Amino acid sequence: MSAADTHAAIDAIWRIESSKIIAYLTRMVRDIGLAEDLAQDALIAALERWPQDGIPDIPGGWLMTAAKRKALDLLRRNKVRDRKYEQLGRDMDSRMDSEFEVPEEGEVSDDILRLIFMTCHPVLSPEARVALTLRLLGGLTTAEIAHAYLVPEPTIAQRIVRAKRTLSATRVAFEIPQGAELKPRLSSVLEVIYLMFNEGYAASSGSQWIRPLLCQEALRIGRVLAEIVPAEAEVHGLVALMEFQSSRFKSRVNSEGEPVLLMDQNRALWDYILIRRGFAALDRIERLGGMTGPYAIQAAISACHAGAPSAAETDWIRISALYEALDQVSPSPIVELNRAVALSMAFGPEIGLEIVDVLQSEPALKGYHLLPSVRGDMLFKLGRMDEACAEFKLAASLTDNLKEHVLLLNRAAECLSAES
Amino acid sequence: MRFMMIVKATEDSEAGVLPSAEQLDAMMRYNMELARAGVLLAADGLHPSAGAIRISYPEPGGKPKITDGPFTEAKELIAGYTLIEVKSREEAIEWAKRMPDPHGFGAGQIELRQVFEPTELTQDPDAQAKQYEMREHIQRQNS
Repeated sequence: MSAADTHAAIDAIWRIESSKIIAYLTRMVRDIGLAEDLAQDALIAALERWPQDGIPDIPGGWLMTAAKRKALDLLRRNKVRDRKYEQLGRDMDSRMDSEFEVPEEGEVSDDILRLIFMTCHPVLSPEARVALTLRLLGGLTTAEIAHAYLVPEPTIAQRIVRAKRTLSATRVAFEIPQGAELKPRLSSVLEVIYLMFNEGYAASSGSQWIRPLLCQEALRIGRVLAEIVPAEAEVHGLVALMEFQSSRFKSRVNSEGEPVLLMDQNRALWDYILIRRGFAALDRIERLGGMTGPYAIQAAISACHAGAPSAAETDWIRISALYEALDQVSPSPIVELNRAVALSMAFGPEIGLEIVDVLQSEPALKGYHLLPSVRGDMLFKLGRMDEACAEFKLAASLTDNLKEHVLLLNRAAECLSAES
Repeated sequence: MRFMMIVKATEDSEAGVLPSAEQLDAMMRYNMELARAGVLLAADGLHPSAGAIRISYPEPGGKPKITDGPFTEAKELIAGYTLIEVKSREEAIEWAKRMPDPHGFGAGQIELRQVFEPTELTQDPDAQAKQYEMREHIQRQNS
């Protein structure tokens, strides 16, 4: 194996193993920044040794052992300064006897879970949570994260450094929240994963419509979480939602790079492996008796589209009912707007327009391009072309997404030609 | 990117000999590891080719010819597959190397194949040119 091949292999192994190692070390040294530094030291050791000695049979075990040794050295050096590490060091010594000690699977899962709760801690800003999660759980480099977010590398580097500092300074514990604390903390985790996914799915600005790396990583971390906490219905809800949405990646943009709306997509291009996984996750939710959470309901809505053989066969009545349910558990003007769309598809544009007209005065939707876009579509269907045209133009002026801007202007032009 | 790890058939698997408890256990642990890493998409084992049919088109434009199994040349047949989604070819290789020996008597063979991305299948030069153009445009914006 050439040196370049070995390096590429080490990169791949690192991606697979790093989160486990960092999680373990964080538990050991109680500091996430220090844990990452020590893990990096182990990586450097591998980069030095493996090109000569060859890649070990159990590379994860090798890295873990090397990292623990580094941690142990550090704890010993600090012994004089900090007595409490002494016992920890002695415990470690007795456990380090076997050459490649691979931690128990359950132990690893618990550490990973603690790490997720830490990187998604509410003490951090949402952007910091996402960056730190991508870095420590995704094993992505700062450069990769910066590229995914289309921002300069130092911006991300700084964000991560500050996040780690905040976690140390506020003494965030490396633990799985218990009791009443669990639900809100888990919500925070799901929020971070979905934020990451959405950043990738619908880039809110610029000409790039889809950023696959972020979506893929969000979905992967979601799947990891679903394996660790299989009894949490909302985790499966989020995973199902992301599986369904990801299944439409390839049909969301045409060959010119323009967005294609859900109803116009070529369903033959949908990814039926992901759709199947989405339905399997929904089954797990039903077995858990929990179709009541907001992610589960959104996934169920997404499933209505995924399961419809053609756009015309979409069960809009069921979708309307699901939006009604979603409005109960997590009311928002956006949910209401979606319900209006579903109702208009199920029962005609007049009914949808009634709701949308009420939403016109909703302050939260002020400046939100989808409101005029939806209203324009309803007016278009009712044959009120002048008004529809004005709405599409307004919507186009409100979006930051170049491709969407063009799409909306095309619709405005369509209104004028339909009229003449 | 997606990869398929294809487990080749053996005379045993073709004869319908089921994997031993240890083999099943190792395979299940491996699949669990893939699932816990969030990279597993699907994994299935196949029935022996005795129950299979083969459809061939010996004449271009002609009717398909149906042949009943079993088929000879066990090594050219497959006994199962595992589909994974990873970030690099090296990551796929690393996972494939960790798959336990599927047969356990010296005949185990696993083949790792990359799954085509739909973009790779577009042969339309216009569409490809536009894609490249867009990519360059984005790169220019980023730099």
